[in-house]
Amino acid sequence: MATTTLDHQEHAHPTGWRRYLLSTNHKDIGTLYIIFALVAGVIGAIMSVLMRMELQEPGIQIFNHLAQIINAASPETAVDAAKNLYNVMITAHGLIMIFFMVMPALIGGFGNWFVPIMIGAPDMAFPRMNNISFWLLPASLTLAVISMFAEGAPGMMGFGGGWVLYPPYSGNTGAPGPAMDFLILSIHLAGASSILGAINFITTIFNMRAPGMTLHKMPLFAWSVLVTAFLLVLTLPVLAGAITMLLTDRNFGTTFFDPAGGGDPLLFQHLFWFFGHPEVYILILPAFGIISQIISTFSRKPVFGYLGMAYAMVAIGIVGLVVWAHHMYTVGLSLDTQRYFVFATMVIAVPTGVKIFSWIATMWGGSISFRAPMLWATGFIFVFTVGGVTGVVLANAGIDRAFHETYYVVAHFHYVLSVGAVFAIFAGFYYWFPKMTGYMYNESLAKAQFWVTFIGVNLTFFPQHFLGLAGMPRRYIDYPDAFAQWNQISSYGSYISGIGLVLFFYLIYDAFAKKLLAGNNPWGPGATTLEWTLSSPPPFHQFETLPRIKDLEH
Amino acid sequence: MIRRSAQSAPKSPRAPIFGRTNLVAAVFVAISLAMLGLTFASAPLYRLFCAATGYGGTIQVAKAAPASKGLRDLTVRFDANIAPGLSWKFEPETPEIRLRTGETATVFYKVTNMSNAETAAQAMYNVSPDIAGAYFNKISCFCFDEQKLGPHETTELPVVFFLDPALEKDSTMSGVRSVTLSYTFFAAKPSASSAGGDGKTGAKAKPL
Repeated sequence: MATTTLDHQEHAHPTGWRRYLLSTNHKDIGTLYIIFALVAGVIGAIMSVLMRMELQEPGIQIFNHLAQIINAASPETAVDAAKNLYNVMITAHGLIMIFFMVMPALIGGFGNWFVPIMIGAPDMAFPRMNNISFWLLPASLTLAVISMFAEGAPGMMGFGGGWVLYPPYSGNTGAPGPAMDFLILSIHLAGASSILGAINFITTIFNMRAPGMTLHKMPLFAWSVLVTAFLLVLTLPVLAGAITMLLTDRNFGTTFFDPAGGGDPLLFQHLFWFFGHPEVYILILPAFGIISQIISTFSRKPVFGYLGMAYAMVAIGIVGLVVWAHHMYTVGLSLDTQRYFVFATMVIAVPTGVKIFSWIATMWGGSISFRAPMLWATGFIFVFTVGGVTGVVLANAGIDRAFHETYYVVAHFHYVLSVGAVFAIFAGFYYWFPKMTGYMYNESLAKAQFWVTFIGVNLTFFPQHFLGLAGMPRRYIDYPDAFAQWNQISSYGSYISGIGLVLFFYLIYDAFAKKLLAGNNPWGPGATTLEWTLSSPPPFHQFETLPRIKDLEH
Repeated sequence: MIRRSAQSAPKSPRAPIFGRTNLVAAVFVAISLAMLGLTFASAPLYRLFCAATGYGGTIQVAKAAPASKGLRDLTVRFDANIAPGLSWKFEPETPEIRLRTGETATVFYKVTNMSNAETAAQAMYNVSPDIAGAYFNKISCFCFDEQKLGPHETTELPVVFFLDPALEKDSTMSGVRSVTLSYTFFAAKPSASSAGGDGKTGAKAKPL
């Protein structure tokens, strides 16, 4: 396409800060997303280590000092401020990790970088909208941070009602201060960013595939982002609507969730989880996509059951939309309603099982090389299966009534999300780092980081199953002495994971310092997707002549 | 950049697609707006759904007493609450009654305004267990309208209701021996924030 080349002569490459602030290039925006996710991830991780430090021993030892530093509490009020600060931190940790770490990393970062390349497109369908999608996020994060330092509950700083934001506590009854309003606006911006991003992905995937790249030849990562984008478009507006209703309840006298005016706080829970449950699939589906690519690459085999894998994700997405009330077994649903939600929730185990077994079948008989990305991917399969099994346990309404709001639930969702999704992020990072930067990292360090993190997170979260089974409730700063031992071990685990994170940043520094060239395809013949046909890093504009896709083997 | 270049290249096989790009985007913008609209529609829809099915212990409203008498006797308990910020006293004249399905009962609640100002309040209500909502029929109730009481005024408020004999055929009702009817009085909305303390500030705050 001669004209395309001509176009590039008109527009010189923007340089310096303009290249990023005004970027319309999917790779630059992807890089921004990844950097943003790393920054937010470090903030969220520091919060989690602080919480584990507090929970290491019974009693309140850390947050009373923190409250004096962060909230300027006097020594007399420090203990009460500490309790509030702890709850503010669990709220912020959850929201930051979901909206500002996992989603930007998997969808915004790897999605932006590799979906266009994998489908043979020159860029995203709406490059300028892509820029807005990204730059809404720092604004959103800023509002969330401001919220931590504004008054929430009377006399307290920040909103401590958990990421689920249930009224009445998130209404004027519990948190009349502006902290909650800041948080609502923050989520509005993050939601708008994600909806715009999702529309961009759907349009790109539907319209900009290279000639010959049919949907059924598309790499599974592109499939996963497509399904995720559909879920985002269908569910995020519901969250936006629900928190807008909360905002008008708080400020303009409506009573959507206020029984005094005929509203029902339970409606918020229904709306929230109609978003919230698909949200967990939004977090994990792109991870599935990445894992599929990596397992296939390092087994030197096409993915086992490609179509089954693609449609398993579609099935997970569809069924995931109609299981939301399994988060609400204890609110007084009728028995028949509970029976339906138990059944529908268990049904999700079927396509998820299809995925797990297909990954194992891909590895079966393959020529496996355990390079760093493959280690993380196999680690993912293990931890995700552990989290999936406890998920099936929790799907039972009867059992859930006992485990609701205990550490068993915390262990479950950290195994699938904190550990599962994060392992996939690391796997994707190590898989694509040579492609994105052109440099090879120190593989021994990467493997060391894997083992340190693997031991660390399992030590952190496995004991939390025992704590939950013993009845330890979540969202409390303190606990009876009986829970002390496993809490101590769990805290030690989080410190080990923290060391893993330090190793990770050293590894990045090391890779950029040594500048070992990676070459176009460092992974050998197993890496068959289009990004490996380009140089590392890819040119500023790729596929100026669109690639023609022949019969790709998956 | 790329879009423009393709439009200015009529020979490109991809040129006509860019109309489709905007179409696809428009469709998904419409879908997300529709979902947003549905969210707001969910509030009235949820209310309609509860009223139609008795979901969440929502009581049915009947025009007249039932034609036929039933066979089962159930205990109906009465519960009365006042939301914080409303200085009223509110209690049922009897804690519970035995009632045969299909029989109409009238029960009075005694309510007193303890404050020095005229106060309006609205009662919210449901029954538990939730499943009983579909069979609990009210013919008339003080809770259908806002109630207004002068300073230190006391009044008796009636509720007329019956239990639908159809509940005998519902297997999930077979284990239910007692039904609790619960009311909570909330201060009427405009003075909600100030109805707390004494009535004077409440009256002053009203124009707000």
